[in-house]
Amino acid sequence: MSILVDKNTKVIVQGFTGREGTFHSEQCLKYGTQIVGGVTPNKGGDTHLDLPIFNTVKEAVKETQATVSLIFVPPRFVADAIMEAATAKIKLAVVITENAPVKDIQMAKDYATKNGMQILGPNCPGVITADECKIGIMPANIFKKGSIGVISKSGTLTYEVSHQIAQVGLGVSTAIGIGGDPIIGLSFKDLLLMFENDKDTEAMVIIGEIGGDLEIQAAQYIKDNIKKPVVAFIAGQTAPKGKRMGHAGAIISGSSGSAKQKMEALEKAGVKVVVSPADIGKAIKHSLS
Amino acid sequence: MNIHEYQVKKIFKEYNLPIPKGTIITNYHDAINSAIEIGGKMWVVKAQIHSGGRGLAGGVKLAHSLSEVEQICKEMLGSRLITNQTGPEGKLVEKVYIERGVKILYELYIAIALDRSIEMPVIIASGEGGVEIENTAESNPEKIIKIAIDPTIGFQDFHGRELAFKLNIPKDDVPRFVNFARILYKIYMQDDAELIEINPLVKTKNGNYLALDGKMGLDDSALYRHKDLEELRDRHEENLVESEAKEYGLSYVKLEGNVGCMVNGAGLAMATMDIISYSKGQAANFLDVGGGASAKTVSKGFEIILRDKNVKSIFVNIFGGIVRCDRIANGILEATKNVDIKVPVIVRLDGTNAQLGSKLLKEANISNLIVAANLEDGAQKAVLAAKE
Repeated sequence: MSILVDKNTKVIVQGFTGREGTFHSEQCLKYGTQIVGGVTPNKGGDTHLDLPIFNTVKEAVKETQATVSLIFVPPRFVADAIMEAATAKIKLAVVITENAPVKDIQMAKDYATKNGMQILGPNCPGVITADECKIGIMPANIFKKGSIGVISKSGTLTYEVSHQIAQVGLGVSTAIGIGGDPIIGLSFKDLLLMFENDKDTEAMVIIGEIGGDLEIQAAQYIKDNIKKPVVAFIAGQTAPKGKRMGHAGAIISGSSGSAKQKMEALEKAGVKVVVSPADIGKAIKHSLS
Repeated sequence: MNIHEYQVKKIFKEYNLPIPKGTIITNYHDAINSAIEIGGKMWVVKAQIHSGGRGLAGGVKLAHSLSEVEQICKEMLGSRLITNQTGPEGKLVEKVYIERGVKILYELYIAIALDRSIEMPVIIASGEGGVEIENTAESNPEKIIKIAIDPTIGFQDFHGRELAFKLNIPKDDVPRFVNFARILYKIYMQDDAELIEINPLVKTKNGNYLALDGKMGLDDSALYRHKDLEELRDRHEENLVESEAKEYGLSYVKLEGNVGCMVNGAGLAMATMDIISYSKGQAANFLDVGGGASAKTVSKGFEIILRDKNVKSIFVNIFGGIVRCDRIANGILEATKNVDIKVPVIVRLDGTNAQLGSKLLKEANISNLIVAANLEDGAQKAVLAAKE
């Protein structure tokens, strides 16, 4: 078991034939992911990486029964791609695209929600269920199979923490990058609940950062609903106010969104909050003993 | 991207949102003619810099005669204005906006921004116009009214009426207020704004509603579809090094410490600043060189970090993923040839092929290049090196 995706998940790729789409589709296929085709308008009928290309997501779903779409299209087409996937009854869109306009994501997420489609991202590394299925751009070799659920706003910190988990002799059930944009799809609390209900996950780690209040919402949610141990790290404890730190959403505006507030809220909810990013693996190991 | 008040007002005018008559000048010799053209007996001269708190800092001044207008412009242009947001170095005033003075009946605050917790734009308004809204938010939070606008239906009159009633706006002014809010929402959506703020919005003795100030931030990711707005970018207002970094695909923010940082990934870059602080040091910057960390980006990264004379050591913290650490190590070695680095460089490589990468660095035998065993070790060594 795992959450969101497993070895039976059928995936199509939107933006399949582009440079990024091609490279990462190959990597995913190597990992064993069931990529069953791709969508590139006007190239329908051709093949790419020995897989069929479709003109529309609807056709791709009809022919392949895919339930997940991995999206690599450029930022100006991302809302269109997400809404096309939702219209075609895709269940989960994994959006890698960076620099998507906030207004577009607001609209696309709203539409996806109304059509029963979940979104990961945008601007995220994707999702990996160790040794089963990788839908995204993460380096596969970092993830060892195990019982820790990872949810992170940051790509490299997902790798860092999964590596630390392996170093302390543990492994990952599913690791998910949720992205650091101002509006994102699935958030900490949605995924924490899935992990809570997953019999193969024993503990969760959440990696948050400055900006917004998703970590504070998660803290309240953990207090009320989560029984399994949760470890957290919040990046940007030393970040200045009003400055965007790389991610579009990583900004302390006025008095809200600081790391301190988030750490305090999580601690109050019974989460083990780690101050040094070097101690995350150790804290997870400790939470299981 | 932020834009100047005078640029915001030009946008307001295009959308028929009423503003006082005004002119932008860069030379005080133009002050009197501009004031005559604007007309009236009272003028406001406003320094055009990207910062709030201009009024308190002397960047907004009232003039009662033409000679006074000229005098104020002369003093302001070329001066450095220090506000509570600019830092001690202040900002150079290159342009001033001369505006017709108005007699005010009452003042309001109105703004639109994204509320990330509900993922919708909210209109924020207060009857306490003209003062710092952050202060009101702390002292009298009940005086700040917020209404979320679901973009599916957009701004409707009932939104505006609800705000007006909660603000106790005189009933004859309610339609005027509703109209004002409707236009503001339209600008917010059409121009892909992150924030629009008017403080104050005033009712004048002539019975008009006017935007006396205007602040606007735009979504950088949406600028591709607003070429006209992109042209409003004022490079002088941006940190030159930060802008240069951006051109090379690097994300750089200068900080106050002395340990330079070069990291791949925004989250890890923030975490690196944090672990430096945890190791009793202080980061000189945030720098994300992106996933690739090639010789080219690493060279540029070193160059940018070393512009900051406070930097006493550099911590290169790279987690190799799909780009393997041995390739990254070669990139670092090549960069040390391209850039003259006199401070100690501490490198932590982890992830794919980390051991091979570290071995390459050690074998290169560069005197000021220290290979760290892990993240903690790297941070401690970098902090120590900066202290020596």
